[in-house]
Amino acid sequence: MSNHSDKYYVPAQSPWPIVGAFSLFLIALGAGTTVAKIHQSGDPGWGKIVLIIGIISVLLMMFGWFRDQVKESMSGMYNAQLGRSYRQGMIWFIFSEVMFFCAFFGALFYARILSVPWLGGADNNAMTHEVLWPAFEVIWPLIKTPDGTETTAMGWGGLPLINTLILLASSVTLHYAHVGLEKNKRTQLTLLLAATVAFGCVFLGLQVLEYMHAYQDMDLKLDSGIYGNTFYLLTGFHGMHVTMGTLFLIVMLLRVMKGHFSPDNHFAFQAASWYWHFVDVVWLGLFIFVYII
Amino acid sequence: MTTLVQEQDDHDEHHAIPTGIKRWLYTTNHKDIGTLYLWFAFIMFLIGGAMAMVIRAELFQPGLQIVEPHFFNQMTTVHGLIMVFGAVMPAFTGLANWMIPLMIGAPDMALPRMNNLSFWILPFAFLILLMSLFMEGGGPAFGWTFYAPLSTTYSGDSTALFVFSVHIMGISSIMGAINVIVTIWNMRAPGMTWMKMPLFVWTWFITAFLLIAVMPVLAGVVTMVLTDKFFGTSFFDAAGGGDPVMFQHIFWFFGHPEVYIMILPAFGVISAIVPTFSRKKLFGYSSMVYATASIALLSFVVWAHHMFTTGMPVFGELFFMYCTMLISVPTGVKVFNWVATMWRGSISYEVPMLFAIAFIILFTIGGFSGLMLAITPADFQYHDTYFVVAHFHYVLVTGAIFSIIAGTYYWLPKWTGVMYDVTLARAHFWCSLISVNLLFFPMHFVGLAGMPRRIPDYSIQFADFNQWISIGGFAFGLSQLIFLALLIKACRKKGKPVDTQVWEGAEGLEWQVPSPAPYHTFDKPPEIK
Ligand code: HEM
Ligand SMILES: [Cu+2]
Repeated sequence: MSNHSDKYYVPAQSPWPIVGAFSLFLIALGAGTTVAKIHQSGDPGWGKIVLIIGIISVLLMMFGWFRDQVKESMSGMYNAQLGRSYRQGMIWFIFSEVMFFCAFFGALFYARILSVPWLGGADNNAMTHEVLWPAFEVIWPLIKTPDGTETTAMGWGGLPLINTLILLASSVTLHYAHVGLEKNKRTQLTLLLAATVAFGCVFLGLQVLEYMHAYQDMDLKLDSGIYGNTFYLLTGFHGMHVTMGTLFLIVMLLRVMKGHFSPDNHFAFQAASWYWHFVDVVWLGLFIFVYII
Repeated sequence: MTTLVQEQDDHDEHHAIPTGIKRWLYTTNHKDIGTLYLWFAFIMFLIGGAMAMVIRAELFQPGLQIVEPHFFNQMTTVHGLIMVFGAVMPAFTGLANWMIPLMIGAPDMALPRMNNLSFWILPFAFLILLMSLFMEGGGPAFGWTFYAPLSTTYSGDSTALFVFSVHIMGISSIMGAINVIVTIWNMRAPGMTWMKMPLFVWTWFITAFLLIAVMPVLAGVVTMVLTDKFFGTSFFDAAGGGDPVMFQHIFWFFGHPEVYIMILPAFGVISAIVPTFSRKKLFGYSSMVYATASIALLSFVVWAHHMFTTGMPVFGELFFMYCTMLISVPTGVKVFNWVATMWRGSISYEVPMLFAIAFIILFTIGGFSGLMLAITPADFQYHDTYFVVAHFHYVLVTGAIFSIIAGTYYWLPKWTGVMYDVTLARAHFWCSLISVNLLFFPMHFVGLAGMPRRIPDYSIQFADFNQWISIGGFAFGLSQLIFLALLIKACRKKGKPVDTQVWEGAEGLEWQVPSPAPYHTFDKPPEIK
């Protein structure tokens, strides 16, 4: 083949995007009706089935799309420019994810710095406090809401601390796996990547334990006022991202074991690793602002 | 200028033009996707427009006559959502898809398959939104700004569908924006340096950053609405330690940049058209770039000008007032530059230019009413009246939409290869221009006199004005059917074939490829002087 770099590469048509669009439609429709129906009568009805079909077809779509992508990449159809496009695309995708978390961190800070103190009478809100909930006391974590829902605060020692160490360690192992890939040390790569995946799974397992503990023993629930709300939505969305990241890394591990990737051609690996580091950084923010302070 | 001869080696990575429905479903071609976006936007414009007709019919007279108040609320809500997310934004994305690769000498968008996905999820999102109107209890009725607690405590169960459809719209916009950024960053032909890029490319580049910064925040806030309504959280409920005002802060942190998302590409279109028909270079190119960037940056620190009457510490009111007024400086720079470009140019009044000039004047009116609204104590009077409605329709209809129409008239011959029916186009212009002002100008007065927005009934003294407004509204709606007829005719290639250049004074790479632009352009990067 001729020199690729002076010529643009334009990918061929593909059926996967439209499959993906349709499955997203099923997911949104299914999720929407499920939620609405449960609210009405406690029974999700047909929405649940649509939702499940949607999720399965999204997974199939991703499988098919990435398989094609891998095939094309392995047969050397891509050029340096496309590689750069993918990398930049991934970076800005991660940036948008950061902004998504910012919305929830924003809610957390707003509650802690403004709305909760105001409800307690801070600034010029003495009357608000007097008239609405005179018994309300400002403490964070908010273990007793203005309308009297009580809960307990999750400490930062124990499981959360262990999870922090696990995620930090996983970032290190992943980094050295990447170094191994770049230096073409395949055993180092495989072992450290496998270790990262294992860390990810352990993290998720512990997270589940933590939730069970919170629900069963601590009365800390999703609807336990603004503390529980921010706690569960932040850790929950983070957990979803860890799940995605772990799946991503598992796929990378399988590909590594099949001998894919070379020191100068491993966009997918790079993307997975960026994603993982991002998830890690979000956790640090979480650990500090949700658990410690 | 010479026509760029396309050297195409058919044996290597070159795909024939697919046919049939699969062409559109599977397409990865930026021109196909651009066309899909534009038609989708136009259809949404007509559907949203039909809802506006319902609103204006009800408001033709005081009292309740045609629709139930609850249905009226659904109409205002869905009209707003459709026009913002279904008409204006996709239309600009369509223009971006068509024009950015042509303008920077790229063969396509950088991530063509994702491009297909970002288009095709949109019709589904709006299908869900429209379906929700037929659910028991009706569709969303809380205004396009879905303030809590209207959207939480007091909304119907269809809110769940609303939330998920907004999620999909957000995903679509984010993917589209990533594609634009990567394309511009990475696919410019050699020699197309940053400061040689056409302004349409620049403005879209900056818009794309706004999109990826704020669409996720919108996704976050609708998610909180979902959990507040259905899962017992209390983000926007003081009883649980939250605050309904927090909703407004998060929403407008998205919402204000969003309005600039809808106007920055318009600035780019106007900056392309005005020089062409003034036969002069754009005045102050680099100041245009910097002005766009400053508007984008400032748009992140003005959001609470929508909340002056909601209340916040006095320091906040002052801060947001001054920052808002500051934005009119770079905006003024732009208007100045367009006028200076026309100054002593040899202007000719082709249809795109007519719309562009109307844009400059009428958008400026919207800017001025914006300035009035930015003054905190004055806004206490204007807020939630028809004055605000007048303001944002001047900037959005005679601003964003006029620029989309202007851009369409400007580039349509390049897309189809034929000149559209100019008589129809002129008719479309004059009908739209007169009716749009009849529609929106009196709103200033009824607003200043205190007529509240989003209410299906009004006090008797507003009756005369509202009749005129409604007549203007129907006339504007009908005028768009002229546009529809013209577009259908042009797409069937009825008209005189045009040459490569199309407009005598036009400059830029898009005018160097044949008309109609071939399916694949710039397989090899063009030379840029
Ligand atoms: C000179 C620039 C501008 C200034 C100073 C300005 C100022 C304002 C202010 C203060 C409000 C809030 C009024 C109220 O609710 O009481 C407002 C509302 C609004 N503006 Fe502007 N604006 C400007 C330009 C624009 C542009 C370019 C757009 C869109 C293309 C836009 C779209 C809107 C919309 C949609 C609303 C109403 C939102 C709603 O409540 O539904 N504005 N503007
Ligand atoms: Cu604003």
